[in-house]
Amino acid sequence: MGWHKKVLRVNLTDGSCNAEPLNMRWASEYLGQRGLATKYLLEEIDPQVDPLSPDNKLIFATGPLTGTMASTGGRFSVVTKGALTGAIACSNSGGYFGAELKFAGWDMVIFEGRALSPVYLLIKDDSVELLPADDLWGRSVWETDEILHRRHQDPQLRIAAIGQSGEEGVLFACVVNDLHRAAGRSGVGTVMGSKNLKAIAVRGTQGVKVKDPARFMRVVNEKKQILAENAVTGQGLPTYGTQVLMNVINEVGALPTNNAADVQFAGASKISGEAMHEVRASDGKANLIANKACFGCTIACGRISRIDKTHYTVVNRPEYWGASGGLEYEAAWALGAATGVDDLEALTFANFVCNEQAFDPITFGSTLGAAMELYEMGLISDADTGGTALKFGSAEALTKMAELVGKGEGFGKILGLGSKRLCEKYGHPELSMSVKGQEFPAYDPRGIQGMGLTYATSNRGACHLRSYTVASEILGIPEKTDPLATEGKAGLVKAFQDATAAVDSTGLCLFTTFAWSLDDFQPQVDAACDGEWSLERLSEVGERIWNMERQFNLAAGFTGKDDTLPKRLLKDAAKTGPAKGRVNGLDQMLPEYYQLRGWDDAGVPTQETLSKLGL
Amino acid sequence: MRYAIIGAGPAGVVAAETLRARDSGGEIILLGGEAEPAYSRMAIPYLLAGQIDESGTYLRHTQGHFESLSIQYVQDLVKALDVESRRLILKEGGSVEFDRLLIACGSHPVKPQIEGLDQPGIHHCWTLEDARSIAKYATAGSRVVLMGAGFIGSIIMEALVRRKVKLTLVEMADRMVPRMMDQTAGNLIKQWCIEQGVDVKTSTRVKAVTPDSSGKARYLLETDGAGEIPADLVVVATGVRPTIGFLAGSAIETRQGVVVDDHLQTSVKGIYAAGDVCEGFDWNSGNRAIHAIQPVAAETGRLAALNMSGCKTLYTGSLAMNVLDSIGLISTSYGAWQGKAGGDDAQQLDASRYKYIKLQFEEDRLIGAITLGITEHVGVLRGLIQSRIALGEWKQRLVRDPSRIMEAYLAKTQ
Amino acid sequence: MLRSLSIEPEKCTGCLQCEMACSYENEGVFNPAKSRIKVFVFEREGRNVPYTCTQCADAWCKNACPTEAIQINAATGAKEINNGLCVGCKVCTIACPFGTVNYNHATGKVIKCDLCGGDPACAKACPTQAITFVDADWTGYSKMRNWAQRTDTQSSAQV
Ligand SMILES: Cc1cc2nc3c(=O)[nH]c(=O)nc-3n(C[C@H](O)[C@H](O)[C@H](O)COP(=O)(O)OP(=O)(O)OC[C@H]3O[C@@H](n4cnc5c(N)ncnc54)[C@H](O)[C@@H]3O)c2cc1C
Ligand code: SF4
Ligand code: SF4
Ligand code: SF4
Repeated sequence: MGWHKKVLRVNLTDGSCNAEPLNMRWASEYLGQRGLATKYLLEEIDPQVDPLSPDNKLIFATGPLTGTMASTGGRFSVVTKGALTGAIACSNSGGYFGAELKFAGWDMVIFEGRALSPVYLLIKDDSVELLPADDLWGRSVWETDEILHRRHQDPQLRIAAIGQSGEEGVLFACVVNDLHRAAGRSGVGTVMGSKNLKAIAVRGTQGVKVKDPARFMRVVNEKKQILAENAVTGQGLPTYGTQVLMNVINEVGALPTNNAADVQFAGASKISGEAMHEVRASDGKANLIANKACFGCTIACGRISRIDKTHYTVVNRPEYWGASGGLEYEAAWALGAATGVDDLEALTFANFVCNEQAFDPITFGSTLGAAMELYEMGLISDADTGGTALKFGSAEALTKMAELVGKGEGFGKILGLGSKRLCEKYGHPELSMSVKGQEFPAYDPRGIQGMGLTYATSNRGACHLRSYTVASEILGIPEKTDPLATEGKAGLVKAFQDATAAVDSTGLCLFTTFAWSLDDFQPQVDAACDGEWSLERLSEVGERIWNMERQFNLAAGFTGKDDTLPKRLLKDAAKTGPAKGRVNGLDQMLPEYYQLRGWDDAGVPTQETLSKLGL
Repeated sequence: MRYAIIGAGPAGVVAAETLRARDSGGEIILLGGEAEPAYSRMAIPYLLAGQIDESGTYLRHTQGHFESLSIQYVQDLVKALDVESRRLILKEGGSVEFDRLLIACGSHPVKPQIEGLDQPGIHHCWTLEDARSIAKYATAGSRVVLMGAGFIGSIIMEALVRRKVKLTLVEMADRMVPRMMDQTAGNLIKQWCIEQGVDVKTSTRVKAVTPDSSGKARYLLETDGAGEIPADLVVVATGVRPTIGFLAGSAIETRQGVVVDDHLQTSVKGIYAAGDVCEGFDWNSGNRAIHAIQPVAAETGRLAALNMSGCKTLYTGSLAMNVLDSIGLISTSYGAWQGKAGGDDAQQLDASRYKYIKLQFEEDRLIGAITLGITEHVGVLRGLIQSRIALGEWKQRLVRDPSRIMEAYLAKTQ
Repeated sequence: MLRSLSIEPEKCTGCLQCEMACSYENEGVFNPAKSRIKVFVFEREGRNVPYTCTQCADAWCKNACPTEAIQINAATGAKEINNGLCVGCKVCTIACPFGTVNYNHATGKVIKCDLCGGDPACAKACPTQAITFVDADWTGYSKMRNWAQRTDTQSSAQV
């Protein structure tokens, strides 16, 4: 229970769609979603495979609590070998799609091979069809969504799709579901595009059952109460969304600005959550119009925004006048601080385009920041960009480039390579703010030391969602640690990484961890899932998943040498703010981290560690 | 006050109860022409399908329901109406006097002019008695020919299929349910039924029914277009007509049915009509029309009773609406589904999945609709049509995606 | 005093907890497809509108039913389906002008809101109080009722 115990395997090469039983032994070891899908991937593909070859696989996976009444029970993950990174990729999304897939009776869908011509998958409970998508190819996610809804005459159909960027091979294309929720990072949408798979449309009417419904309802209600009473999940996130962080992080001097040349952004308050609430002089309305919850979520951190109709980006373009997914903190940072742009409406527009054409705003913003630095150094010319001056702070450059990347056209094709390849191409690899090929997000490791280790060791390339030590270092959750200190961070990072891996495998949202610890997940998992799920078992699952992902990466050719940070973070001291004069002390944290992990000096898990975890 | 009601179908029963609610002291006499408790014809298919027993077709289930409301239920047929003396002449000899009368005697099935249709073993499917006869012969494997694929015929078809008979459906028109569905939907329903194993012959006319001399079947149906069809049972569902024969010679104006005004009153003061028998107005066009359907029977029964009891209530016409389940494929139609000159439509067809929706507009108001393969929130089509909601920009949205009917309604009302 | 559901769309975040609660209460499984309440999401407007049966005074569904399968619960005022009497003819689903009685393919009968016997699960599950259970006179239904009045002649005279 919790699981449907059913996997849908879709072979795009020969067009077959088959149901198979979920491997319940693996489910008992990896739970679901992130962990379980990664296990399938590791077992089924050669980690050395070219991510864009038909031999790579693409897995849409729900967790056992997806589609239940547990708060935030709407998550799913897209797992594959990342197009951007070549590492294990696991991108998590909310909205309604994941729960619907579960209601249709599927724990997971595994795509393999490559379709000869574009297709989309239509799932209605047990009925599964691969249908031609030639007429959808070249269309945005938004258009695709509208066409499929109309075609299948079902407003309740939930759709996940790629945009033009994913078709055109932009390496950080994502999968967008429900118009503006994204499995965002590492180029999972690029892999989908390489398979000629345009979209998945799903409608489920079978529902989800849990092991002990009465107990489940009791604990679920108890846990919802905790979320409601918590300052972050009960107030901060509902009021400001993740954007509650913009001013906070800027003040602590950890807001990477202008391609991380600085750690504070003068325009931060203009692009903050508070600014989204402010009434615009131009039209008397605020940017933010509503909160939006994902399926089952009692927090509702999602933002719904509307662009000022008179803003240059949308004049005479009514398709952008409606409400849509507004700025989340990471996106606001990437599109704003990383590029030095402080025009909230321009950021919102760029964010709409990221959703519309399905590409990752973090990598896009960071890559644009790098390109701006190269431009200002004279290495990228107007001829390269098609006449757009890529100056830091230029809103026009931001919105123009967003549209080009969205379509994979012009200089958008070059930006679409991501910052690592872009900076290599222009002879300055050190200007790429990435780890293992993936750009780091909105927390500068010079001001928040733990995030340096987080980025360096993250299995999917730099990422905040693998161990969000910001919670402890800035917000004091579960207890406050000094953001400028390196001591104790190795243990903190490991604990957060393991817990996060477990949480990402349940079907629930990581944001609950502002209020919940693993102890709060445990009784929900135990009441829903077959077997006994103790806290120890859940923690072990987390650690097992982390090590398995590591194994994947090692087999893919990564080594301990890749557990590093861009030189700028290690050598160029922060110029302002509380962290002024500091670099990230990765070298003080990494050896201890390896040791705590039970890995050797080269960062390879020892036999003992592996056998302890049953790997 | 003495009220008499001719007919104990839904129109009559709802009227009787409404009268009682309005007038606690009046005398109410409800006349049913069949030797049955008051029942609902439209439950008959479910009886034939074996889903319910006869009591499941009864309109009211509480023991002594009519007695408890002091409604006198009389099982007798009205032979004639004497308007001058305000008296009903009953078949068994008695008579009933009234101050106010409701004519709610419904309709009766008609047989086409075809040789051999009056032999035993050839039945309508209209009354409980008919159902009993059909049940006797429509056994698993028996060869049944159903004549007529109109709305009623199509509903009976489902029941016969459930009885596992070998079914042939013969229809003169070029598609199924021609008065409820357009060409596209009618053909899809036909296609679907064929896939479910029913032999559907449209554009086929039965010329004669003769006993099968070879003895292999009871009858042979001679057709033009489909050769000879053997049958153990023939069910005739080729149409119904309001039951107005007994009114001949009275002062009550009749055309197709009993003509009523905008308060459901007939040409004679104090005498009203409701249900299948009454010729009222089409809600959309305002033209004279008979909508022989259950919801209209219940609604006109109620309205007529309100007027009879002195509560003047305007009757603004009846909206045609039907829902049909053809062996699992569910279709609905509403109002002016054929559209209106000068109006426009929006449609979306997915033939391979048997899904279809068609909306008809007049300016920015919905006036009719057809759906196929859609069951969720279909009722809101009625809300959109009968509230005469000006759709504004939502019309364009419905043209882009006609399935967004519920959203359109909510956007305009909430 | 009868109580009824009051719905304030402005407060709704679209989390569908109500749909889950309703399906769990009535079907014993988490399955929004079987929920009696539905949240309609208006993406372009950024609005979410929960909607269910208004338990309208002159229930079209009840009047249209040929088998008396829709009955009034005297304690709650809810119009309830009696599954034993319902033959699945679906006439109520086309007669209700709000689209709030729906056919359930799995059972061959219809489903609609029954106010959970007087203790609505949807209202209890709603994290933002967009759905509350209040004295009938107060409710946000008044808006729905106004529209109900306009739907046809049926309500133009109250018995
Ligand atoms: C098999 C079948 C399926 C149907 N399915 C549907 C459906 O799915 N949806 C739908 O909307 N409609 C359906 N209908 C039609 C629906 O049943 C009628 O529209 C409805 O019954 C009309 O109600 P009424 O009260 O006007 O007349 P009736 O129900 O026909 O009742 C008339 C009453 O008058 C009595 N009577 C007749 N003549 C006399 C007389 N001279 N003296 C005294 N009493 C008399 C009869 O005995 C009967 O009691 C179906 C009908 C049938 C037969
Ligand atoms: S289902 Fe519709 S007609 Fe019936 S009581 Fe509810 S709102 Fe009224
Ligand atoms: S579907 Fe059931 S409740 Fe609805 S009208 Fe038919 S018998 Fe009555
Ligand atoms: S009151 Fe009960 S039955 Fe009605 S919508 Fe709410 S949860 Fe569902």
